[in-house]
Amino acid sequence: MIDRDQAIAVILEHLEPDDLLLSTTGMISREVFATRDRPGNFYMIGSMGLLSSVGLGLALLAPEQRVLILEGDGSALMSLGTLPLIATERPANLVHIILDNEAYESTGAQPSISHAVDLAKVGQSCGYQRAMRVDEPEGLEKALQTCLTDQGPSLLLVKAAIAPVEGIPRVSHSPIDIRDRFRKCVRRP
Amino acid sequence: MEAQAFWDVLKARGLTFFSGVPDSTFHHAYTLMVQDPEIRYIPAVREDVALGVASAAYFSGKLGGVMMQNSGVGNIVNPLTSFSLLYEIPALLIVGWRGYGGPPNDAPEHWIMGVKTPEIFDLLDVPYEIPESDNLASALDRLLAVIEARSVPGALLVRAGVVT
Repeated sequence: MIDRDQAIAVILEHLEPDDLLLSTTGMISREVFATRDRPGNFYMIGSMGLLSSVGLGLALLAPEQRVLILEGDGSALMSLGTLPLIATERPANLVHIILDNEAYESTGAQPSISHAVDLAKVGQSCGYQRAMRVDEPEGLEKALQTCLTDQGPSLLLVKAAIAPVEGIPRVSHSPIDIRDRFRKCVRRP
Repeated sequence: MEAQAFWDVLKARGLTFFSGVPDSTFHHAYTLMVQDPEIRYIPAVREDVALGVASAAYFSGKLGGVMMQNSGVGNIVNPLTSFSLLYEIPALLIVGWRGYGGPPNDAPEHWIMGVKTPEIFDLLDVPYEIPESDNLASALDRLLAVIEARSVPGALLVRAGVVT
C-alpha cells in the first residue's frame, strides 16, 4: 500500500511544465491543489466519473502534450466504459492513473468493490498499450517513468492506503478561473 | 434537409469534432459523418461520456458536438449541472427527438421522454432550438449565438424527417 498523499507528491514531482493534469472530484483534487497548484491542473470539483472522458478528448485534441488523468477507484468504476473507449482511440500521450484505496474516501471511506476487481487487469483486457499495477512505494517511481516516457495509452493502478482527510483545503479557485487558466495551457494544433 | 447539406452546414460553422451514441433519427447522417474525413467522431459508450469527450474541444478553442437520442438526456443531467454549466463549457447537443408529442407517436419507450425532453432542458436552463427542414441553418445560427454568449451547451432537438 502507498499513502495517497505520497503517491500524489511523486506524480506531481514528475510533471513537466507542459503537461496537462486532470484530477477527479473530492480529496484527490484537493490534495493535488494543496501539494502543487499549477495552471495546467484541471480540478474536476463536480461531476464524478466524467474526468476520463474529458481527458480522452483532450489527449486527442492536444496530441503534442502529455495528458494525465488522476482519479480514484470509485470514479473509474463509475465510468468503466470509458476504459475500452480510451483503449480503442489509442491516444499515445495519455496516462491514466487510478489511485485505488478500495473506498469512497471523500465521503467517509465507505468500501468500494475494487477489492474484488483488479482495475489494471481491466485496463489490460480493454487494450491499453500498457497496464501496470504498483502495490508498494518502491515500485511507483519506475512504473510512473515508464508510463510517462513510453507510448501510451497507459493505465497505472496505484494501490493506496486510506489516509486522514482532515485539514486538506478545498480548491480555492473558482470553476471559471480553473477553466480559464487551464485553457491557456492547452496548445492548439 | 438532406444529410449531406446538414453536415455542410455544421462544418461551415467549424463543427468537426463529435462524439455520441447513435439514433435512428440520424441513420443516414450518421453514415455520412463517420465517412467524412473532415469530421473526427469518437463513438462513446454513453451520452455522458460523449459530452465529456466533446467538451474537451473548448480547451482547444473549438466547439464540440454530441450526437444522441433523447432517451439519453437523463444520462447527461449530471455532467450538465456539475460540469458544463458549473464551468461554463459549451457544446452543441444534436438530439434525435423520439416520441415527439407523446403517444401515439413512436414506440412506447419514447412516450414519456418524448414529452419531457424540452421540459428537462427548460428546467436546467439549457437553450434549445426545434428546427424544421427548411430553416435548420437559421435555427442553428440562433442557437450557436446563445451558446457563445452564455458559454453553455445548447441542444438542437431534431424530429424524424427533418434530416433525411
